[in-house]
Amino acid sequence: MLPLTLDQVSFAVNGRTLIERVSVEVGAGPRTIILGPNGAGKSVLMRLCHGLLSPTSGSILWRGTNTGRQRQAMVFQRPVMLRRSALANVTYALKLAAIAPRERELRAQDVLEAVGLSHLAERPARMLSGGEQQRVALARAWALNPEVLFLDEPTANLDPGAVRDIESIIAQIHASGTKIIMTTHNLGQARRLADEILFLYQGRLAERAAVERFFRQPASPEAASFLREEMP
Amino acid sequence: MGEITQAFAVAGAMILGLDPKLVEIVLLSLRVSLTAALIASVIGLPLGAAIAVSRFPGRRALIVVLNALMGLPPVVVGLVVYLLLSRAGPLGELGILFTPSAMVVAQTILIFPIVAALSRQVVEDAWQEYREQLRSLGAGPLASAVTLLQDARFSLVTIVLAGFGRAAAEVGAVIIVGGNIDGVTRVMTTAIALETSKGDLPLALGLGVILISLVLALNAGAYWIKEAAQRRYG
Ligand SMILES: Nc1ncnc2c1ncn2[C@@H]1O[C@H](COP(=O)(O)OP(=O)(O)OP(=O)(O)O)[C@@H](O)[C@H]1O
Ligand SMILES: [Mg+2]
Repeated sequence: MLPLTLDQVSFAVNGRTLIERVSVEVGAGPRTIILGPNGAGKSVLMRLCHGLLSPTSGSILWRGTNTGRQRQAMVFQRPVMLRRSALANVTYALKLAAIAPRERELRAQDVLEAVGLSHLAERPARMLSGGEQQRVALARAWALNPEVLFLDEPTANLDPGAVRDIESIIAQIHASGTKIIMTTHNLGQARRLADEILFLYQGRLAERAAVERFFRQPASPEAASFLREEMP
Repeated sequence: MGEITQAFAVAGAMILGLDPKLVEIVLLSLRVSLTAALIASVIGLPLGAAIAVSRFPGRRALIVVLNALMGLPPVVVGLVVYLLLSRAGPLGELGILFTPSAMVVAQTILIFPIVAALSRQVVEDAWQEYREQLRSLGAGPLASAVTLLQDARFSLVTIVLAGFGRAAAEVGAVIIVGGNIDGVTRVMTTAIALETSKGDLPLALGLGVILISLVLALNAGAYWIKEAAQRRYG
């Protein structure tokens, strides 16, 4: 279904422009990280790409058509757990994806194991810690075996150990052939995970670059100043 | 004063001794009001959920009307149902006026808006939280409504119990369509009304005590269920 093509995409709410004429083509393969400060519009852009919001103007096409809904999944900045077990949260997603009941269970067990949550599979998902919920959300999205996986700040609010775990899971998902499109405002994480960077600033795509280039020599003044503010 | 104390004593004895007449009245009350609550829920919960997750012209007006109907005066419902079911009325053929069935119909109409309006509110609140997640997972409106009903199930139990409590405690509707016929349509509230006016305080008091206990138990139960669910499922 890739490439994903955004053409002059703008999004406004109540006269306030949150995304302004973003044009970009994202292809299969490299991990794409959307980087930018708080409020830059990363989450909004991701919702637009995922189809949860419709652009006010411009177009978003998957391989030239606007029917890309099926094979993509998203992990939200604040994932919502259903009031049922962690396992049931995963099988629920698989049921919606029309996976046969027997296979649902097996796949769900598999992904929970892969994110290190087998021992919590039967626990009510809402009673899990923030980091554990984040992993359930990742497992739930991964179980769908999407062609494209959107991750919105998947490691915000996690301790360093959990961050490392999640990052290695993401690497695994990438290795299994899923296209990763992810947001973060954590520079270290962007360095570790990205192949290419989309730098978003005040709703505009200020820069797009391969990761080494971006960190070595940002082309836009916005990115340069964002990088300078990094803690030593 | 002594008379009232005396009445309390007799009432207590009737309750403890499971006085057959008292038991019969209580059982009929429960049967009628539980049936009404059940029917109102079967219609009201899905309707509330459907309104919560869909957008259509006139939705706001419908919600306002539904909310307003929560305050329906029981006597008015009784009157309307009476007119519908009376021999000359459009549903007179059924011949159910002055039977428990008529009482079920009236109470269902009375509490259905309560169940629908409150569940609409509860489901819509959950919908705010779940909407994007469910859409992302590919849930359509129907699947979303079912999921939200499931996830809000403990709050919905409270709503159903509230509906049942309202039905069990109302007198205006059942007295009109039931007629308070001894052994046939006499329920707790109508019996209390009649016995009090006849001056037979012990039976009225006994029923009053049971009614209040029932309402208390319902509320305690509803509270407990929600608390326990909150602790268990978050
Ligand atoms: N539904 C909405 N209605 C109005 N304004 C919104 C809405 N969603 C987001 N915004 C605004 O759009 C801007 C961008 O929000 P967004 O959540 O995309 O930022 P972000 O880059 O993801 O930030 P963060 O790093 O904090 O997650 C913010 O100023 C926010 O207040
Ligand atoms: Mg965000």
